[in-house]
Amino acid sequence: MAAPNATDVLLDYDEALAKYEPVLGFEVHVELSTATKMFSAAPNPAAGDDPAAPNTAVAPVDMGLPGSLPVVNAEAVRYSISLGLALGCSIAESCRFARKNYFYPDLGKNYQISQYDEPIAFEGSVEVELEDGTLFQVPIERAHMEEDAGKLTHMGGATGRIHGADAALVDYNRAGVPLVEIVTKPIFGAEHLAPQLAKAYVATIRDIVRSLGISRARMERGNLRCDANVSLRPRGETRLGTRTETKNVNSLRSVERAVRYEIQRQAAILEAGGSIVQETRHWHEDTGTTSAGRPKSDADDYRYFPEPDLLPIRPSAELVQQLRAALPESPTQFRRRLQADYGFTDSEFRDILNANVLVELEETVGAGAAPAQARKWWLGEILRIANARGVEPGSLVSPLHVSELIALVETGELTDRLARQVLEGVVAGEGSPEHVVKARGLAVVSDDSALLAAIDQALGEQPDVLQKIRDGKVQAAGAVIGAVMKAMRGQADAARVRELVLERANA
Amino acid sequence: MAGEAELVRLTAAQLAERLDRREVSSVEAVRAHLDRIASVDPDVHAYLHVAGERALQQAEHVDRDRAEGRAASPLAGVPVAIKDVLCTLDMPSTAGSRILEGWVPPYDATPVARLRSAGLVPLGKTNMDEFAMGSSTEHSAYGPTRNPWDLTRIPGGSGGGSAAAVAAFEAPVALGSDTGGSIRQPAAVTGTVGVKPTYGGVSRYGSIALASSLDQVGPVSRTVLDAALIHDVIGGHDPHDATSLEEDWPSFAAAAREGAAAGSFEGLRIGVVHQLDGAGFQAGVRQRFGEALKRMAERGAEVVEVQAPNFEYALAAYYLILPAEASSNLARFDAVRYGLRVDPGDVTVEQMTALSREAGFGPEVKRRIILGTYALSAGYYDAYYGSAQQVRTLVQRDFDACFAQADVLVSPSAPTTAFPLGEKLADPMAMYLNDITTIPANLAGVPGLGMPIGLAPEDGLPVGLQLMSPAREDARLYRVAAALEAVLEAEWGGPLLDRAPALGLHGAGGTIRSTPGTAPAPGAGTEPDGGTA
Amino acid sequence: MSDATPPAVITAAEVTHLAGLARIALRPDEIEHLAGELTQIVDAVARVRRVATPDVPATSHPLPLVNVLRDDVVGAVLTPEQVLAGAPAAQDGRFRVPAILGEEQ
Repeated sequence: MAAPNATDVLLDYDEALAKYEPVLGFEVHVELSTATKMFSAAPNPAAGDDPAAPNTAVAPVDMGLPGSLPVVNAEAVRYSISLGLALGCSIAESCRFARKNYFYPDLGKNYQISQYDEPIAFEGSVEVELEDGTLFQVPIERAHMEEDAGKLTHMGGATGRIHGADAALVDYNRAGVPLVEIVTKPIFGAEHLAPQLAKAYVATIRDIVRSLGISRARMERGNLRCDANVSLRPRGETRLGTRTETKNVNSLRSVERAVRYEIQRQAAILEAGGSIVQETRHWHEDTGTTSAGRPKSDADDYRYFPEPDLLPIRPSAELVQQLRAALPESPTQFRRRLQADYGFTDSEFRDILNANVLVELEETVGAGAAPAQARKWWLGEILRIANARGVEPGSLVSPLHVSELIALVETGELTDRLARQVLEGVVAGEGSPEHVVKARGLAVVSDDSALLAAIDQALGEQPDVLQKIRDGKVQAAGAVIGAVMKAMRGQADAARVRELVLERANA
Repeated sequence: MAGEAELVRLTAAQLAERLDRREVSSVEAVRAHLDRIASVDPDVHAYLHVAGERALQQAEHVDRDRAEGRAASPLAGVPVAIKDVLCTLDMPSTAGSRILEGWVPPYDATPVARLRSAGLVPLGKTNMDEFAMGSSTEHSAYGPTRNPWDLTRIPGGSGGGSAAAVAAFEAPVALGSDTGGSIRQPAAVTGTVGVKPTYGGVSRYGSIALASSLDQVGPVSRTVLDAALIHDVIGGHDPHDATSLEEDWPSFAAAAREGAAAGSFEGLRIGVVHQLDGAGFQAGVRQRFGEALKRMAERGAEVVEVQAPNFEYALAAYYLILPAEASSNLARFDAVRYGLRVDPGDVTVEQMTALSREAGFGPEVKRRIILGTYALSAGYYDAYYGSAQQVRTLVQRDFDACFAQADVLVSPSAPTTAFPLGEKLADPMAMYLNDITTIPANLAGVPGLGMPIGLAPEDGLPVGLQLMSPAREDARLYRVAAALEAVLEAEWGGPLLDRAPALGLHGAGGTIRSTPGTAPAPGAGTEPDGGTA
Repeated sequence: MSDATPPAVITAAEVTHLAGLARIALRPDEIEHLAGELTQIVDAVARVRRVATPDVPATSHPLPLVNVLRDDVVGAVLTPEQVLAGAPAAQDGRFRVPAILGEEQ
């Protein structure tokens, strides 16, 4: 089904910015990678690699069975404190959980255990570096702990989307996965860089949680989810405009596009004398548009009250101090350090940042690869595939596998060309590079006798070539080398073939 | 070997001794109770589900273990009834609601699991007001339970089934749950004993929640010692319930035995809560209450009047907190994962849920869910729920002040004796007033014990006394209650339940209904504790 | 959580709204009846406001425990059969429900 408002009128971006000031706000949900869920001892799917079969990671409280009770995961509390500290927040001396009451089939209890009036972390600031190196401080309102909901699959209808479906299936594996929701204050002053700031902010959160080791942070898997609030106000106006909240923005690129789209869409409405409806909007990756969701209404009466099944949490000063001392460097510091360590130029480094592969690159180097090689692969073949598919490079392949791939080339077991085929296999989920090499039979043929046999055959078919080489026309070897490579189906080291051909000619 | 009729009249402690001496087997004890249930429960309707063969199999297992010298506990082989609010692996757990009809949980509630580990044998699940909302068991979706003392009257609620089961000798002991008096008020009107432990003293895991900050599971029995024995088994820390206390609890049975042996109240300061000594309480209730105080004073207790001015607001606070928490706890009954589904087809999931809840919930549940939704809704939170939580603080402060002057507090367990079925069904506020004496303990989390202290002269029905002690001082209640029980039973010449009318027995042929007319009319001279001021 | 003064009378319209929040398809006669009853009950319970002065802290738990936490160690889960044992309708190992009209939260 096409987005219902595929006919949204958009105002030219520069014109929109000339007349209106964009004000942003973000709610980012981070799925923590603890071993177990927030309130049950069921294994946490957000910590794992493989999606589990439906309803196989469910404890009674995750599906809201009568009589079941939640108990807070201590590790999730520590992760949340670390994240709060990394966001520059104050950690509450005492915080508590509250019930957010609303009915939805993916919510087993029909209330979400969240934090309301007493979040674990509040009042912080995150330094975000834009593409041109500008540093921007994003003010953080709060970070609070809560639980994720289950997953719905819409059945029937044309596309499996919610509209037009005639049934839905519910899987509670994800229900109860620990979440931290990070809420910013209104962000002013980004101006024409607002879309870029949005992307950089989410990327920074991703880098922070990864460096803390508290989330897998795979946006395509929903480990990191962003709701982007956008409002516009006419230049000179001091009151905030009506905002929309765009959900379902599941990649960094989409965050940037969605914010840009909302700015242009809202500006067009305001220009035409209309007014913005405060509503949820859904981002459609395929069309690059947003569509209206449910308007804010009485249904948002969540009837929060303190969760009676859980007690307040008072993190000790010692614990907070200990977690503070263990904080890794900030993403900005991290970038500065890596650029210096790896010796990349500013322009090389900017390409890495733009492709959002810095963390992957660092992990690839950490796994043993040379920085230049790591950069070559992440910005080369991997980025090419990612762009073709419209996904993040990091979602395609793990840094460990890239490092293994590079090692195979270094040792001569693979040629670059073969390595690209191996990468294809790894991306296709066929296993580690070693595994793909074996399974696809892609190793370089390093047995000279096999090569010599192929060379002799080729020389036999092109008898004039030997004489040409002996006459000094070394480039004539190319024809033989090509034939040999073809015969070996690419699985030979062209340089070695050339050596052997020249040896034969000069023997 | 004892006859079946005698077996069912044994207390759990007595039965345990005979089991231990192998004078009687668990199979015999269980069979005797199953037979008793078959003969009287058609009238009483204490049970929603009877375990039958499965209970006998479990009893056989216990007998075999004992024969091999592996009795799980001194209570191994004793039958027990379980309030239907508690999850049980092998029996449906409906909480008295149509919406959970036939639902069999995949786990045992912790108190049930502990009973099983101790070798007690569940006889079945007892009736209750739907989701424990009520004071008469008339709000059960499966029909009311009748008071064994007078089948035209209510057995109290919400745990009327458990109280009636032990009063009618259909089980020696039972489990109940008490959110605002659901153990103590039924005990009062059925002449039995019931204890609401300190909040957190018994795990709530597997107890289908009504109001999470008020609910507490506890024992129901005919004697103080039996309640203590069960409390010893079910109590103690449970990591599955975050509100469970990590205490080293003393033996409550030892406390009860101590109290019974002493039979004295020397050095005990008893606080009579002025605000719970209500004008407006039934005359016979006040009379028996006064007499019980006198007995204790005669035997060394110092009786002082204490003031708890904010108890006046406790009922109001309770009827905000309970519906608020209940409205949220009961949201899970949405016809998606379990329970009744009404799906006429061609409706959305929202409509399906709303239709199922409309069909599956009774009027009292709907009333409280709507009230709770109102109390929490935007704009009214501070005025209602917030204020009620503040009253809770004031009630706790009142308790603190009272306990500075007295070791235990006392009041009548309920304002009246058992009232006729149907009398208060149409008047929710009148029904709510039944819990006026028991609610403060739930708000503050302190333990409360209800026990019989005689029959009201005007109607010959049981009157109950409530004892309350500071949080974590449950043992004190058992000590004092056992002492008073010993004094009263000595005076009566036996347990109060000996005075209960015989129930009509159902043979193979049909039903002999017991009617009020068949119960012996109480006369002042034959009354336990009657008129001897 | 504002401190609005609640109305003295609960109307049928308000009960209808509350029934929507609570997802109960009340019949019109139930709504009328409940409006009357709730007005009476709310009138009775509103007395909590008399003593709830700002200096009194709220108590949400009867016993003041803190930091009750669980170690992050994987424990038992339900089998898929147990999960679905009570399902009114199931398909492909999941619960089946009629179509959803509203938006995802």
